[in-house]
Amino acid sequence: MTLLKLVLRNTFRQRLRTVLTLIGMAVAILAFCLLRTVVEAWYGGVQASAPDRLITRNSVSLIFPLPLSYRTRILQMSGVKQVVYANWFGGVYIDEHNFFPRMAIGPSDYFEVYPEFVLTPEEKSNFWRRRNACVAGRKIAEKYHWKIGDTITMRGNIYPGDWSFVLVGIYHGAEKTTDESQFLFRWDYLDETLRKTSPSRAGRVELYIVKLDDPTNAGAISKAIDVLFESSLAKTLTETEKAFQLGFVAMTEAIVIAIRIVSFVVIGVILMILANTMAMAARERTSEYAVLKTMGFGNLFLTCLIAGESVCISMLGGVVGMALSFPSASVFSKKMGSFLPIFHLSYSTLLLSAGICFLIGLLAAVFPAWRASRVEVAEALGHVG
Amino acid sequence: MNLSSTSSSKRQPVVCIRDVHKYYRRGAQVVEVLLGINLDIPDGAFAALMGPSGSGKTTLLNLIAGIDRPDRGELLIGGVDITKLSQVELTRWRARNVGFIFQFYNLLPVLTALENVELPLTLTKLSRRERREHAMLALELVGLTERVHHYPGELSGGQQQRVAIARAIVVDPILIVADEPTGDLDKGSAEDVLNLMQRLNREFYKTIIMVTHDPKAAERAEHVHHLDKGVLSDGEDQERGTRI
Ligand SMILES: Nc1ncnc2c1ncn2[C@@H]1O[C@H](COP(=O)(O)OP(=O)(O)OP(=O)(O)O)[C@@H](O)[C@H]1O
Ligand SMILES: [Mg+2]
Repeated sequence: MTLLKLVLRNTFRQRLRTVLTLIGMAVAILAFCLLRTVVEAWYGGVQASAPDRLITRNSVSLIFPLPLSYRTRILQMSGVKQVVYANWFGGVYIDEHNFFPRMAIGPSDYFEVYPEFVLTPEEKSNFWRRRNACVAGRKIAEKYHWKIGDTITMRGNIYPGDWSFVLVGIYHGAEKTTDESQFLFRWDYLDETLRKTSPSRAGRVELYIVKLDDPTNAGAISKAIDVLFESSLAKTLTETEKAFQLGFVAMTEAIVIAIRIVSFVVIGVILMILANTMAMAARERTSEYAVLKTMGFGNLFLTCLIAGESVCISMLGGVVGMALSFPSASVFSKKMGSFLPIFHLSYSTLLLSAGICFLIGLLAAVFPAWRASRVEVAEALGHVG
Repeated sequence: MNLSSTSSSKRQPVVCIRDVHKYYRRGAQVVEVLLGINLDIPDGAFAALMGPSGSGKTTLLNLIAGIDRPDRGELLIGGVDITKLSQVELTRWRARNVGFIFQFYNLLPVLTALENVELPLTLTKLSRRERREHAMLALELVGLTERVHHYPGELSGGQQQRVAIARAIVVDPILIVADEPTGDLDKGSAEDVLNLMQRLNREFYKTIIMVTHDPKAAERAEHVHHLDKGVLSDGEDQERGTRI
């Protein structure tokens, strides 16, 4: 088709200008994709949360534990399938920069509640057989070159002392959103040590993870759990895993909003750049538009010609940017590692980027197309003839 | 009417200009460019329009070709009063009825000679193949079959103007307008272009209106109309004018 041919040839007429605009476009879309992925990763824990899991913690604060005895009482409630627990260990591996979640977990049906942590049956049985066993997510195991059988030593801060673990398994995530950067070891190993060093802290659990028979009962059961312990010394606060994760994210909401704003500012800037390029191109071609008009081409044709070129540049730049965002995201993911454990480009980000590119292309064409439609043939040709 | 008594005056006029006025407003100042032009151009004529710079030649040609509108008067082209057409109708009318030849050729630089000639045909109902055939025929007529896949930048001025002529005739318009078609060409190329236009007129009975400064070019035309300060005069008046 003539229109398409004209659009494509016009696009690459001023090669340098087009290439520079394309690069600008690509970089902007790359930045947009990465920033959006950061925001999504921020909410990663929320996305990964299961609807049939409740988290019960001390109603005062996360750092105050609950007695171990609560487990059996929660288990007795109807609609509750399993109850497991975990303590945030903290600790330092070699130095403070090596951040990843370290948790003491128990009891032995823990991995049934977290089926997304995939371990071989052998790894699981080794874990429960050996007191100081630990398992690690694929990501951190790769990062620190851990192999099965390695001894890993952590310096405790919440729980002082040097802690040695033997790696018996490396889990990988069943879902794309599964956090593969956790370091898990046995709660009874922690508890046993505490009994010797600081007995007052033994027998305590920070989080109960309650697995339900049916996720639709989540609201009623969480209320029932909290009612059950209302008159106890340690009152509980139970919420869905999702709500629990959202609570974490809410603390950093301002940063997320800032990132979102920046990502849209980037889009605004690139719109200006493309609009400028298109305005320049259209201005240079005023006499061509006049000639096309004399030959009987209407404003619709000219608008398509300009918008086509504009969308062509923006989509090409966008595609390059999106293509670059894959390797960039994986580099970013390696660097950020366990801070943002679930860092991958989502379909919605790519779709949104493509949509934005298309829209920018159209918007950038509005002014030049309007100007072209107002070109007075006789006057414009006067400049030429 | 002051047409000279050649045989062509008996033919039906394809262009009838009646009391056409054109003003330009520059701020508060009104510049009167055409002051009551009356002119008939017979079907199949080759008319030249001469006159000093700024006399309004281009303005008149633009009015005849329907790319500008008069402030007063009637313009009957092929029986249609084009002053009554809406902007969209006028654009469509131009596509079918007028072929343009410009001083600076005005080919689209991103299209080859063949594609440039084909371009006006995309507004017709012709199939892709027919378009190509018509365009090739037109290029053959102007003697450029060897250059069909060249871009304008790879052609000489004379060749570009011949492509432009092919583009002007490819839709088979009732009228061809040319504004100083040889103005930017050397003597040899100008000869070629004029020969070509003469051939189009004589062999294909194309009605041509050509604005020119060059008396040699004007000699090729059947009629020469002189425009001075917005008023038309016939050939003899102009000869007096040049003697002054
Ligand atoms: N768009 C315009 N606005 C104002 N004045 C104009 C406009 N176009 C033409 N004129 C004026 O109208 C007059 C006639 O212009 P025109 O272009 O028709 O002359 P011309 O005979 O073609 O001259 P030339 O031989 O130099 O091409 C000139 O005085 C010019 O300044
Ligand atoms: Mg002129």
